[in-house]
Amino acid sequence: MPPTVPPVDEHLHAGEIPIMTRHTASLALSLAAVLAGFAAVTVGAEPAASGPPVSLLNVSYDPTRELYRDLNEAFARHYAEEHGRKVSVKQSHAASGSQARAVIDGLDADVVTLAVWPDVEAVAKSGLLRPDWQHRYDNHSVPYHSVVVFVVRKGNPKGINDWPDLVKGEISIVTPNPKTSGNGKYSFLAAWGSVLASGGTDEDAKKFVTELYRRTPVLDTGARAATATFSQKGIGDVHLTFENEAQLEVNEANGDLEIVYPKKSIRVDPPVAIVDQNVDRKGTRHAAEAYLGFLYTPEGREIIARHHCRPWGENPPKPARGENWPVVETFTIDAVGGWQTATRKFFGEGGVFDAIYQPTGR
Amino acid sequence: MVAHATPKSNESKPIAALLVAAAVAIVGILIVVPLVSVFYEAFSRGVGGWWAALADDPDTRHAIWLSLTVAPVAVAINTVFGVAAAWLVARFRFPGRSLLISLFDVPFSVSPVVAGLALVLIFGRQGLLGPTLAWLDWKVIFSWPGLVLATTFVTLPLVVRELIPVMEAIGPEEEMAAVSLGASGWQVFTRVTLPNIRWALLHGIVLANARAMGEFGAVYVVSGHIAGATDTMPLRVEKLFQEYRQPASMAVASVLAGLALVTLVAKFVIERRLEAESRDLEAARGLENTRLEATRP
Repeated sequence: MPPTVPPVDEHLHAGEIPIMTRHTASLALSLAAVLAGFAAVTVGAEPAASGPPVSLLNVSYDPTRELYRDLNEAFARHYAEEHGRKVSVKQSHAASGSQARAVIDGLDADVVTLAVWPDVEAVAKSGLLRPDWQHRYDNHSVPYHSVVVFVVRKGNPKGINDWPDLVKGEISIVTPNPKTSGNGKYSFLAAWGSVLASGGTDEDAKKFVTELYRRTPVLDTGARAATATFSQKGIGDVHLTFENEAQLEVNEANGDLEIVYPKKSIRVDPPVAIVDQNVDRKGTRHAAEAYLGFLYTPEGREIIARHHCRPWGENPPKPARGENWPVVETFTIDAVGGWQTATRKFFGEGGVFDAIYQPTGR
Repeated sequence: MVAHATPKSNESKPIAALLVAAAVAIVGILIVVPLVSVFYEAFSRGVGGWWAALADDPDTRHAIWLSLTVAPVAVAINTVFGVAAAWLVARFRFPGRSLLISLFDVPFSVSPVVAGLALVLIFGRQGLLGPTLAWLDWKVIFSWPGLVLATTFVTLPLVVRELIPVMEAIGPEEEMAAVSLGASGWQVFTRVTLPNIRWALLHGIVLANARAMGEFGAVYVVSGHIAGATDTMPLRVEKLFQEYRQPASMAVASVLAGLALVTLVAKFVIERRLEAESRDLEAARGLENTRLEATRP
């Protein structure tokens, strides 16, 4: 297990400098405070890293609400033990694309944990992250991965077992909007890639996704809204979503829903990053870096696995005792051209998605 | 008023019954059933469960607290602005007056989401005032001031729109009489204008408050969705629903629905006072006219 410990240490050294300079500025003030009240002298007994409670904001994508609620609790305990300092992590969740946009517009995130690479890259391009953000944590700053799977109604009445079944006859599909949602993007790319993986051409893939989105009556903005559309509002025969979201959805449905693993699917790689400009302004770098580092620790990986996200590294922990990770043959984003090309080609203004999707309103 | 409806009433009875049935069905399906189901779901685990859902979750507590602070501030701003603007428009004639009156209605015709986006474009990090705000280290968007601004924008017409017709109906005579008797501006306002418009003002405030509490779209855009920080009650309802906590979600919704019912009662009481006052006004005018006629040679 130890080999998966992240390279937190080297970051800590780099990161401590701005924090210290900030502290020297306020040193004069605190000195005056100490002189003013003798009672304050007793505070000096605490360990060096201690201080006022830190508050972090994690701006994340839609289906990680439950995952980060557990991670935040465990991290707060871990950080208090290690550094004697209280930390509370606030969460914000919505469609990955909208979240990136909000951070760019000034949402005060200390860390971003988004669904797709282009969303984190967009935040980096706005100058809030260092350009090398991808290389700051192991596995290109992707602490866990997932796959796109199908959720169907009890007993799989429409017999949906693999990608080609999605476009046979009268089937209604639920998946979020690929323009705003990371889940939406991955569903599209998984569908496209499934055609290429079985020897099809770009033309065949285009025909397939056209048929698929012709059967998609609603495009919610985010993954969780799509889940609610399928499971709570009862719309659609099949829901394309991340494995972790599918597991939660099925668990909450009390036997009304089932998961179907397609033979091949795309590997979902949600990256994480420190928002450098914000943590340096707020003096929260130490806690923020420890927070993302925590995702790679044995305890962090255990929690990630429990929420059905597949932790990166050797011997990934299982989702539950005696429950193995279902085997899915995956292809990565590189199979459909890599993010740079895919973003432009499929989801850009006038791209493939614009060309094939017509809101029919049927 | 009543007389002309009677002669034909026998022939149109089936049609009337049909229309009444349609109206009842629509009100039932669109208003009564959803309202009842909200309360039914909210109390599905008893009063204790309902209370626990509201009081035991710190994020929900915060959302209730946030709504109870954002809405009054927005309403207070609109009250001051509404009275001043209505007075200006009702008492003075100036170029651009009708344009100003139409501008009051912009928040009604603009989608709340667009209003929220406009605020982001002005106050966001990359917005018009972004660099200045960053330099001052002031947070507007994705924090409390942004929520107040968005709420104020969507509720802006409610007070002013309520006051303009009332002020115009009352006319400037009493205020002018007060001035001629030596009253100061503040005295005219507190002793003549305010007592005359009080019920209309209260009506506007009640409506604005109801709208402010329930606002979703504009607030959704500027909130940033931070649990326990920038989620108002309506946003919390959505979040709880999406996190599979439907009874809790409906508990918060029931508080909002309860507020709506209180608003309804307040509105009813106030409207009766308003009607009574306009009758008094007409009666007084009528009396004046007969007196004038009587004194005519």
